[in-house]
Amino acid sequence: MKVVVDFDLCESNAVCMGIAPEVFEVRDDDFLYILDEHPGPELHDKVREAVERCPKQAISLEETDA
Amino acid sequence: MTGLVVVGASLAGVHAAEGLRRAGFDGPIHLVGAESHRPYDRPPLSKDFLTDEQVDENRLVLRPVAEDGALDLTWHLGTRAVALSNDHGNVELSSGETLAADGVVVATGCRPRRLPLSTFEGRDQSDVDGVVSLRTLNDARELRHRLRSADGPVVVCGAGFIGAEVAASARQLGCEVVMVEVADAPLARVLDAEAGMAVVDLHRRHGVDVRLGVGVDHGHTDGGRLTAVTLSDGTELACAVLVVGIGVIPNTEWLEGSGLTVGSGSDDGVLVDDRCRAAPSVVAVGDVARRPHRRFGGTTMRVEQWDNAVAMGGYGAKSLLAALEWRGNDGEGVVVEPFDPVPWFWSDQYDRKIQFAGIATDDPEIVQGSEGDRQFVRAYFGDEDRVLGVLAWNRPRQAIIGRQLIEAGADRATVHDRLG
Repeated sequence: MKVVVDFDLCESNAVCMGIAPEVFEVRDDDFLYILDEHPGPELHDKVREAVERCPKQAISLEETDA
Repeated sequence: MTGLVVVGASLAGVHAAEGLRRAGFDGPIHLVGAESHRPYDRPPLSKDFLTDEQVDENRLVLRPVAEDGALDLTWHLGTRAVALSNDHGNVELSSGETLAADGVVVATGCRPRRLPLSTFEGRDQSDVDGVVSLRTLNDARELRHRLRSADGPVVVCGAGFIGAEVAASARQLGCEVVMVEVADAPLARVLDAEAGMAVVDLHRRHGVDVRLGVGVDHGHTDGGRLTAVTLSDGTELACAVLVVGIGVIPNTEWLEGSGLTVGSGSDDGVLVDDRCRAAPSVVAVGDVARRPHRRFGGTTMRVEQWDNAVAMGGYGAKSLLAALEWRGNDGEGVVVEPFDPVPWFWSDQYDRKIQFAGIATDDPEIVQGSEGDRQFVRAYFGDEDRVLGVLAWNRPRQAIIGRQLIEAGADRATVHDRLG
């Protein structure tokens, strides 16, 4: 699984950070940073929830073998 | 099973339909939607959809629909449900068709409250050229056109979030904007008077003429077209476009006689339990549903928020399957815990991102910055100094941490430590 954020859409609402802080971090500069582009299987449910709950529909997933 | 019926094809309904499929339900699902558009996202309608002509309507299509156009649903768009009958086993449609339902998701949302007929000499506001409420894509298309071609001032009636966002968008388009609010401070019920005044200051700094403690009493028309309004203090204002943002009414009329508990006034909406159940085979989700909030003393509230519609839609799907004792192909059923997330919303106005988690109380305190700053954080405390609400201006990180602190029942000292 690869996490892709459309930074033209992202408005740093930080919802994703609330759900999966291992993968997403909004820092004090108000920008979103992806901490782990290829999260392990144990994080997949959380990442999918982050995709679902993003108010800007800015996160998408590319399914990969890993 | 003959099938499930989801009534309402906006955010909550679409997420409920997706939730049913995700849980493995492979029987028939009917999705009934009053609007004829493919389900779309509403928050942009008061913001970039108005200000930015580049916003393509295809970008508004809700993710579950955009990703999987069919979701294997039977669509009934441009159709209203008119009754829930036969002990909740039938959903009757405006087309005359009746759908048999083993289970029903009620997600019919709300509609804008309108100005009284007396405002326009007995006419409904929708019959007056130049008066607009904003809820649907059609409303937004009309408003976008009117703001761009306005040859006079735009008057916004109601300084709630919809009104304030439209005022900000209209200013960005160069319109002259007057915003009137009947209360002495806007958002006094959602936030508190001081925070509401910070919103007023923000708009005044951007050139909006904000008038508090006055409403719109009368609209003047010329050949059916609005030309001016008279305020409750007697002031007459020229007006090319009147935007009415005075709250919403839940769409529950079709449930009359259904046996569901539907309140009115301050108890409006469909009453559900802590599993979103309104009856043994009926769940209600999104802003039409009134649910108990355990962490706020068990008080029941409707939550008119985007995040709530997404979460409650997905949850309600699972809760319905659990109630119906549905079993998947693997023989597994669905188990749900009570639904009680901390409410959270955002509002974008000018260069401000306003986020609020929880509920306001009469014990607010600044924990970072001050109300005049570009960035500040304000917390609201309840019994035993527990935090119940967090307001963050341009502080998204703090808003989300604040939401978690509310969930954890953090005390005042912890809030200062983590958010200060």
